[in-house]
Amino acid sequence: MSLELAVAAGVTAGTVLLFAAIGELFAERAGVINLGVQGMMFVGALVGFRVGLQTGDAWVGILLAMLAGGALALLHGIVSIHLQADQIVSGLALTFLGTGVALVLGEGLASAGSGALLPVYSVPLLSDIPILGPAFFTNQSVLVYVGYLLVPIASFWIFHTRPGLHLRAVGEQPAAADALGINVYRVRYAYVIAGGAFAGLAGATQSLAVVPGWHADKTFIAQGWIAVALVIFGQWKPGRTMIGAYLVAFISRLALDLQAPRDIFGLENPFFYYQPSTFFLNMLPFGLVILVLIVAAREANRKRIGAPAALGLPYVRGERGR
Amino acid sequence: MPRRHLLPFRIVAERRLEAPRGLGLLTTLGGIVVALVISGVLIAVIGGDPIGSYAHILRASLGSSGVLSDTLVKATPLIFTGLASSIAFRMRLWNIGTEGQLLMGAWGASAVVLFGLLPAGTSPFITLPLMMLAGFGVGALWAGVAGWLKARLNVNEIITTLMLFWIAQRWIQYWVFGPWSEGGFQMSPRFPREAWLPRLTDFASAVPDLGGLTVHLGFVLALVAAGLIWFLLSRTRKGYEIRLIGDNPRAARYAGIDIGRNIILVMLISGGLAGLAGASEISGVVHRLQDNFSPGYGFTGIIVAFLARFNPIGVVVAAIAFGALILAGREIQPAGIPAMIQGIILFCVIASDVFLRYRVRLEAR
Repeated sequence: MSLELAVAAGVTAGTVLLFAAIGELFAERAGVINLGVQGMMFVGALVGFRVGLQTGDAWVGILLAMLAGGALALLHGIVSIHLQADQIVSGLALTFLGTGVALVLGEGLASAGSGALLPVYSVPLLSDIPILGPAFFTNQSVLVYVGYLLVPIASFWIFHTRPGLHLRAVGEQPAAADALGINVYRVRYAYVIAGGAFAGLAGATQSLAVVPGWHADKTFIAQGWIAVALVIFGQWKPGRTMIGAYLVAFISRLALDLQAPRDIFGLENPFFYYQPSTFFLNMLPFGLVILVLIVAAREANRKRIGAPAALGLPYVRGERGR
Repeated sequence: MPRRHLLPFRIVAERRLEAPRGLGLLTTLGGIVVALVISGVLIAVIGGDPIGSYAHILRASLGSSGVLSDTLVKATPLIFTGLASSIAFRMRLWNIGTEGQLLMGAWGASAVVLFGLLPAGTSPFITLPLMMLAGFGVGALWAGVAGWLKARLNVNEIITTLMLFWIAQRWIQYWVFGPWSEGGFQMSPRFPREAWLPRLTDFASAVPDLGGLTVHLGFVLALVAAGLIWFLLSRTRKGYEIRLIGDNPRAARYAGIDIGRNIILVMLISGGLAGLAGASEISGVVHRLQDNFSPGYGFTGIIVAFLARFNPIGVVVAAIAFGALILAGREIQPAGIPAMIQGIILFCVIASDVFLRYRVRLEAR
């Protein structure tokens, strides 16, 4: 197993984390935490796979997965924006609900195999670059390239456009944004729903491109929660978030690949398949997420940067914020 | 041009300054009823039989003294995890990974037995307290890591406690696949009798009616824990600090309360309670350490805590209700239905809170 192929596999799996994290980033920039990412991803994976299987067209599956994710996020929006319930609790409820609904609707689908698939492409010229070419631009799913394009677009949108300015204003100073004539509620709903659609896309990416098929409760282990962590690591910026997504996915992939060879450099591999020690290897991705959060927290404390100021707080017109 | 309205009335919401006494319980119950109706409709839509399912849950969980005892067995770890979530959430400290602390508590209690530190035939009066202490201690340390990171570096505790859950899961797998595996199976050897929490059925030779009742001493420990946490939260200075930090951290800081210390302390207590859930479960029910012995008691404990509005006595009631759902839910197909119902209940209960904050009425146009 060459390093390029390991990176390529990490980038494929990282695209799932990337979509989910970018969606969460948009919602949090508007001041709404949505901890239901994992639930929305489960529903997205199920809808994407099931519709793709029935229609034979993966793109229809992706579209409906995004709609389903958006619909679930709308539920979170109503409960946390208008009914002013605690965003953290509402998001947790969404995780329970989404996971449960996906398992109920996916009953019996696990044996359905893998249905409609998405095309893979190699980019001419770019794929010829040594190391980077085989890792990033050879035989990658079309969705991976969507991920490459999404990051600069999201970054430009947030930092260099008028709607992006409004988005940041709503997340930082909703009362001031309201005074300037920005409809705080509309902006929050829009980005919460968009975030859900991205989570749905992330789910469909998993079930249609990364690990094709429906794998019931094993479809995702922790991806939804890792996505939430990546937004914090990324300091609410798409570029840094992308680096985190690919890094965590690469290490997760490496933990699997390291179990394959019988010996490494002539030495017996202590992590060969089914050795009890492999469980320590499988802890790596989760340990890495904690480590990455510690690094981010230290940097945030030093540079005095942090989350959007109004993150997690409901906005009530005419009332003083907490 | 007169505007046309969709509804012949309008909804008026006025901010309440203070919620009337007892309204909290009323809205919670209302939320649960609405949730059960919504769940019923969903079950019907996917071709199930909602009335039959609900009747089955009631019959299979409360229908006889035998199943009632089984319900209390399922409720026991939920009381512990519900308390663990309640005390942390009361301070707005989001320990979501109680499931991991539960696993580590089970590991700690197992270690007392399986490392062979105690000679065979040691009195249960020594073995059992040591197991519970180890369960509390290891669970507390596991959560304490996240607490320390939160207090000292402001690392998000939601993520760290959850990541520590997945690490704990693999830690358990290592021990039951590796050093503690019995004959290559994914479980430890069975504990000796002195490591079993006494069950009612153990006294059947004296009182025959108790035969087959599996409720164990852990249930009593859980009730004691509920009483202690109630006392701590509502009758002590520490409890007042915890509540003040939860309600208004800024005021707490001005009052000179050391928030970091309280974060670590509450995390230790919360993790310890979750650890007790694991310790009492393997000592009272499973009698060995194995993979997947918990069907998510930690995660369900989160919902139990919210249903009880973090009130320790309410936790006991809610835990018994969810114990019934878990017990009867094992036979309900498709398997995702209990998780779906739990999610809908949580949604409806927190949504119903709007009636606590606002006086809502309808007005004719």
